[in-house]
Amino acid sequence: MTGLAVVKSLFSTGWSTRAVSSSDSVAGGAPSGADTEPQPNSIDKSGFNKQRRYFLIGASAAVGGVGVVGAAVPFVASWSPSAKARAAGAPITIDISKLRPGEMLGPTPAWRGQPIFVLNRQAETIEQLEEPNSELADPDSSNTDMQPEYAQNPWRSQRPEIGVYIGLCTHLGCSPKFYGEVKPEPFAADWQGGFFCPCHGSRFDMAGRVVSGVPAPDNLPVPPYRFVSDTVLVIGEDEGTA
Amino acid sequence: MAENNSPNRPDKGLMGMLNWFDDRFPLMETWNYHMARYWAPKNFNFWYYFGVLSMVVLVIQLLTGLWLTMSYVPSGAGAFASVEYIMRDVEYGWLLRYLHSTGASAFFVVVYLHMFRGMMYGSYRKPRELLWLVGMAIFIALMAEGFFGYLLPWGNMSFWAAQVIISLVGAIPVIGPDLMEWVRGDFLISEITLNRFFALHVIALPLVLIILVFVHIIALHHVGSNNPDGVEIKKNKDANGIPLDGIPFHPYYTIGHDLPAIVLFLILFCLVVFFAPEMGGYFIEKPNFEPANPLKTPEHIVPVWYYTPFYAMLRAATYPLFGIPAKFWGFLVMAGAIAVPAVLPWLDRSPVKSIRYKGMISKVMLGLFLISFFVLGYLGTIPPSPFATLMAQVGTAVYFAYFVLMPWYTRVEKTKPVPDRVTT
Repeated sequence: MTGLAVVKSLFSTGWSTRAVSSSDSVAGGAPSGADTEPQPNSIDKSGFNKQRRYFLIGASAAVGGVGVVGAAVPFVASWSPSAKARAAGAPITIDISKLRPGEMLGPTPAWRGQPIFVLNRQAETIEQLEEPNSELADPDSSNTDMQPEYAQNPWRSQRPEIGVYIGLCTHLGCSPKFYGEVKPEPFAADWQGGFFCPCHGSRFDMAGRVVSGVPAPDNLPVPPYRFVSDTVLVIGEDEGTA
Repeated sequence: MAENNSPNRPDKGLMGMLNWFDDRFPLMETWNYHMARYWAPKNFNFWYYFGVLSMVVLVIQLLTGLWLTMSYVPSGAGAFASVEYIMRDVEYGWLLRYLHSTGASAFFVVVYLHMFRGMMYGSYRKPRELLWLVGMAIFIALMAEGFFGYLLPWGNMSFWAAQVIISLVGAIPVIGPDLMEWVRGDFLISEITLNRFFALHVIALPLVLIILVFVHIIALHHVGSNNPDGVEIKKNKDANGIPLDGIPFHPYYTIGHDLPAIVLFLILFCLVVFFAPEMGGYFIEKPNFEPANPLKTPEHIVPVWYYTPFYAMLRAATYPLFGIPAKFWGFLVMAGAIAVPAVLPWLDRSPVKSIRYKGMISKVMLGLFLISFFVLGYLGTIPPSPFATLMAQVGTAVYFAYFVLMPWYTRVEKTKPVPDRVTT
């Protein structure tokens, strides 16, 4: 069958017409073996050439499907972070020279828009973090997605005293509040210091490790960071990538 | 309609004009089909106001929304300021905004009542399953519309409420985090997110809503309205094929039923708009008078009241179960609670439709369902505490029990005999 005949048959054999397609092919003046000899079992009682119709439906569905997928690409892709958004996620520098032990700097200028908590921990806090704690959901930071390798230790940081965390609850992304003192709090009578999320009541210890039995599933994430000097931190870059 | 060539047919004056139109557009046919010769059961009661009121609110929202768009600036730097500009400097801008913000709450009031009516009288039962499903689609589109709109004032509650709800997407295993970034278009909610929410709120979802409402009405007028007795009026027709218990929708229900209700509703609506537009922090929340601050979560995150029952159920999931983390359970429970009414037509196995003729268990379960909805709605507004969480867990169990146990209790209970004709 020639292309002309196919196109012609598309227009002449609509869903409701009863035109016999084989006669169209003859009128199209393109004699070919298959068309001049109509095959009896491909034409049903009402005169439709079923085989041709199914072929046309199948072919246009396949080509149309590819077209739909192709056309969807720009619409879907345009929702991903733009080049501008990605550029705004560049590393930031933080001066921690004024951060005293027991205090938290932050939420500081955001990295990728996310609040960053920088803690300066006291010696007794560090000791307490190193002790085994059965209340924690993941005391050994075994979920490697939540921190770089150099922070997979009891303090979840490069240096025991300086802790750097992304201040967004791993539950639904609220920013937890810092309660650094060891004293009874309304949400926990035996509070040992750490973070409390006001939205859904998740609690984290002084290394951002989540307490089990709260909605948050994971420890607070540790961003990639490196020390430029003892008092200057770069957030967003790993050690050795500078 | 075929052209009418009767010699007495007027071709001049008002009737002539009408006939000219009618020859070119099915004007009278449509009017008759949907209004003057649409036979509605004669026993509609108070509960049958809320469908038409939903449409009234839709019109209010479309109109005030369009006007707000004229002064609103969807940018990170300009959004909050432009809302203040609308409130202070635009002539009657305060009124347009309060109409729109009150309209959002009013929308959910009338839609919840409309849905509860359907649950009471079995309006979802055969042959109205599709009508019910279209209605559920409207409900979900409306929730999305409200969610997108809530970010636009760019207040601090706008920001963090959106952060929490988008983070729900992140609870989906494997693809969650990437999907979350894709929805936000940034590493955290930003102006980029604001811009796309604006587009969705003012173009995409209003179009979807209008189309769905149109389909809802077409489906309704095809199957006919249910009524408080759950009796099919089409089963008893007179010699002309008109249901014996049916009355023409126009003028009986338009003028006699709906119009006074619309006036009364608008009076109540205006009382709220003029005297309590913030409704003590329930319609417009206090932290939203502070611009969005990505570094500071408000002390206490609460969604607007119409989402709080579902929010309470989200928070009720605190323990991992069957290897699924608590966070994803929260997402599943909330999504399930919103979607589960859609399968009501297939859960209800009662031989009768209306609660009037159902047995005691159905009545008790519907009552418990209603109580759980209100209790969860309240719990969603208060800060988390062990007691509140426990209450929310009980409430969630009751809410789902109404649906999950329905195939059982609607079959075993003893029902009352249903009359052949509607009662008054």
